[in-house]
Amino acid sequence: MEKKVIVTGVIGADVHAVGNKILAYALEEAGFEVVNLGVMVSQEEYIEAALETNADVILVSSLYGHGEIDCNGLRDKCNEAGLKDIILLAGGNIVVGKQDFKEVEKRFMKMGFTKVYPPGTQVETTIEDLNKMLSEK
Amino acid sequence: MIYLTADIGSTYTKLVATDIGLGKVIGTSCAFTTIETDVREGFNNALSNMEAKIGKFSYDKLICCSSAAGGLKMVALGLVPELTAKAARLTATSAGAKVVKTYSFEISRAEQEEIYEINPDLVLLCGGTDGGNKDVIISNARRLCQIDRDFSVIVAGNKSASHELQKIFTNPGNLANQNLGNSAQQVPEDSFNQELGGSDNYFPKDFVITQNVMPEFNKLNIEPARKCIEELFISRIVQAKGLSALQEMSGHEIIPTPLAVMRACELLSRGVSDAEGKGVEDSTVNCKEFEDLTVKGKGVEDSTKSEELSGLGDLIAVDLGGATTDIYSMAEGKPTASNVLCKGLPEPYAKRSVEGDLGMRYSLSALAQEAGVDKIAKEANLSKEKVEGWIEKCCANPDIVTTKDSLEQKIEEAIAKVAVEIATDRHAGIIESVYTPMGQMFALTGKDLSEVPVIIGIGGAITNSVDPAKILSGAKYNSARYMYSKPKDPSYMMDSKYVFASMGLLGDIDKVTALKILKEEINKI
Repeated sequence: MEKKVIVTGVIGADVHAVGNKILAYALEEAGFEVVNLGVMVSQEEYIEAALETNADVILVSSLYGHGEIDCNGLRDKCNEAGLKDIILLAGGNIVVGKQDFKEVEKRFMKMGFTKVYPPGTQVETTIEDLNKMLSEK
Repeated sequence: MIYLTADIGSTYTKLVATDIGLGKVIGTSCAFTTIETDVREGFNNALSNMEAKIGKFSYDKLICCSSAAGGLKMVALGLVPELTAKAARLTATSAGAKVVKTYSFEISRAEQEEIYEINPDLVLLCGGTDGGNKDVIISNARRLCQIDRDFSVIVAGNKSASHELQKIFTNPGNLANQNLGNSAQQVPEDSFNQELGGSDNYFPKDFVITQNVMPEFNKLNIEPARKCIEELFISRIVQAKGLSALQEMSGHEIIPTPLAVMRACELLSRGVSDAEGKGVEDSTVNCKEFEDLTVKGKGVEDSTKSEELSGLGDLIAVDLGGATTDIYSMAEGKPTASNVLCKGLPEPYAKRSVEGDLGMRYSLSALAQEAGVDKIAKEANLSKEKVEGWIEKCCANPDIVTTKDSLEQKIEEAIAKVAVEIATDRHAGIIESVYTPMGQMFALTGKDLSEVPVIIGIGGAITNSVDPAKILSGAKYNSARYMYSKPKDPSYMMDSKYVFASMGLLGDIDKVTALKILKEEINKI
């Protein structure tokens, strides 16, 4: 079976590089083809990479609290670019301060994300979810 | 041993005779190109001119390059503008082609018509990484087959689409009535074909399928497609452009002139890696490979490499012509400052860009529009009316030349400087400042050329000018346009005898002599 392609990177003006590398490594080890865009990735860059590589998933990381602003509109742009049913995931410290994650989740789902992960999520959880989502696709 | 090199330009046929034993250029000459009748006529005229200068002589070998009959006209197609479409353009320009236009995504009807009007010699079709998007490249292949023009197609996209692409190009008619996938609408496409003329709706094309220009995301693989372009130029274009008689005389393969210039630039920059002149023959080794080459085992030789064999290092060459402005940069272009992040597609060590809208004659009106007459007038320190008048004159009569110390000459210099400025702005990397919670950072897209020490001028508009350094200073960093990372403190050099293309040709046979002559003939201004 062909490997599923995941485009990943740290969105916005965020330069947290270490977690990004660990995440990419773990996903590769789990059998995915990973297109890692590194840090300071714009919405357009995720979309362009996903278009060329025919990606199945865009996985957005954000550690600096501005994730909500940075991620807003990503689904609309994906739709506009023809990436209609692409799986959109986000995780990290995606909002400012300590907030009820249920509320945060709601807001991200409303923005069109398929699933969001709270701080401290183990990568195994995401991999398990990914396998499930991709087999259902 | 005397080698004769011929550069068949659109206007002039230029000859350079080199004595390999002496390692010297013994004569240069030129005559009008006679491509419409018999290209050999112009060649023989130039040869007589040479003999009139240096006396009768016989040459042992003849090697030719050509940019006549429009040069190698290409269009490039890719998927995303900043990714495979850009990779396609970089590939075609590094093969010495004049890339008239680059298209991205599925091409529209208007774009099909535009390609019909451009009537390219070759089309480079790319799109998708290997295993990535197939739909766009397949759909564009069909759309190219709907264009009733006799161009060849080089396919260098997603390898997973190669089966379908082969079928389409071999027998497009068979596919005409099949469902085109997605939600393609057959009916309007058919009526469009009627408009394009011809009773057949699909026109088979000569094609070659080669490796992807971007096999993995953000990884360039220019060489295989570039080689295909060169081979097709030799097998197809040379004959179509009326150059086969010359090819027979020479026995050597004719290559596009910009490719010869590119090879000379690379030779002058990198030098020859050892006494036999081996190790740098590959003209588009990427930065990484080049690093490996110099690190693995070559380091010792490098340190003891005689001065004769060493190159000038990083350089930029500017070729300002009547129809286009070509910029060549030989540099890795890694960021020179510390807090800089690289963005976008990595560019090759040897990069060429061609600006079809920046030329001193045939594309002067486009240049004036792009730069603005005000800017040119300010640069020349003359009134707007005078500049406009001269531009009109040049457009009406492209053969017009200026007289020495005239106002026109001042305008010409100003135009040339502005053309160089815009062309190098487009060629160089762009630095943007980004504010992060960790302070100010910079993002670099393209090559950082700020520490390139040498800018070389090629082409009549620069070499015949009174103040070539002034024209070339358009390629220098300008604090008012700080985002373009152009050389901050360059010295200027000039190819006054126009030996660049010739030495690019000669370098194929004798690198050491070609390098020696380049270093002798390219002088500081």
